[in-house]
Amino acid sequence: MDNAMTTQVLAGLPRIGSPAPQFEAVTTHGVLKLEDFKGSWLVLFSHPADFTPVCTTEFIGFSEIHPKLREMNVELMGLSIDSVYSHIAWARNIEEKFGKKITFPIIADLNKEVATLYGMIMPGESKTETSRAVFVIDDKQIIRAIIYYPLSTGRNMDEILRLIQALQTTDKHGVATPANWRPGDRVIIPPPKTQEMADERMKEKGIERVDWYFSKKDLK
Amino acid sequence: MACVSADGTITATAKALIKSLEVPLGAEEIAARLGSPLFKVRSSLRELVEAGLIVAEGDKYSATEAGKKKAAAT
Repeated sequence: MDNAMTTQVLAGLPRIGSPAPQFEAVTTHGVLKLEDFKGSWLVLFSHPADFTPVCTTEFIGFSEIHPKLREMNVELMGLSIDSVYSHIAWARNIEEKFGKKITFPIIADLNKEVATLYGMIMPGESKTETSRAVFVIDDKQIIRAIIYYPLSTGRNMDEILRLIQALQTTDKHGVATPANWRPGDRVIIPPPKTQEMADERMKEKGIERVDWYFSKKDLK
Repeated sequence: MACVSADGTITATAKALIKSLEVPLGAEEIAARLGSPLFKVRSSLRELVEAGLIVAEGDKYSATEAGKKKAAAT
């Protein structure tokens, strides 16, 4: 593959800030289109395979954060290269063995259509399983964040929640969030873009200012 | 199919959706009335239109006679 071709292929993969690629897929909740989720945020995530231990712990984790996500107007949808019957059996098994009901849809992506569209397969790791990808899609169906974890490592549900809380805070207040930010912590005021704005920032009252480019404030 | 089986029977959710259409309603109004996620309502509406059990007029939906019969059946 030459460089031009490589660039072309890569350019086809979803990027942060770009519209989420549309699809229609068979799921445990029937045939769903991505556009069905318009107006809600969506966490679209892939897992390697049903009836595997790390994925089971993740599904338990996702089912635990699902009510909190719903409060934040966020829906969840899983995906793996398994049949809908396998998904149904696994979800029933999780409820029976672990007491957690899986209330979100799971895509049965047997033809790898959605997995390929979203770049969820890492051929160096596995050609037959999806890696642990997470796509955070906002209510206007724009991709806002992407996380990839390898097959061996279960994801951190707390971080997924925190990430969406940070994105929604950014949207609501026009601010950024610092490392390890949690709701209630001070937020970053966007840095000034001109010398005049920098001078004004240095005179601003009621903010925590380290220097003209580095200031934080409480959200009221 | 999510709410219409291959043999033509419909789920309890589909019956509730059809019964909610006493007057033409939009997808968001139906979701609010049923307490169901909007994505599931949109998917069910698409399926019920294909099955001829409801009809869309603009962005509102109403039940057909066939849909009312199905929803009333035990």
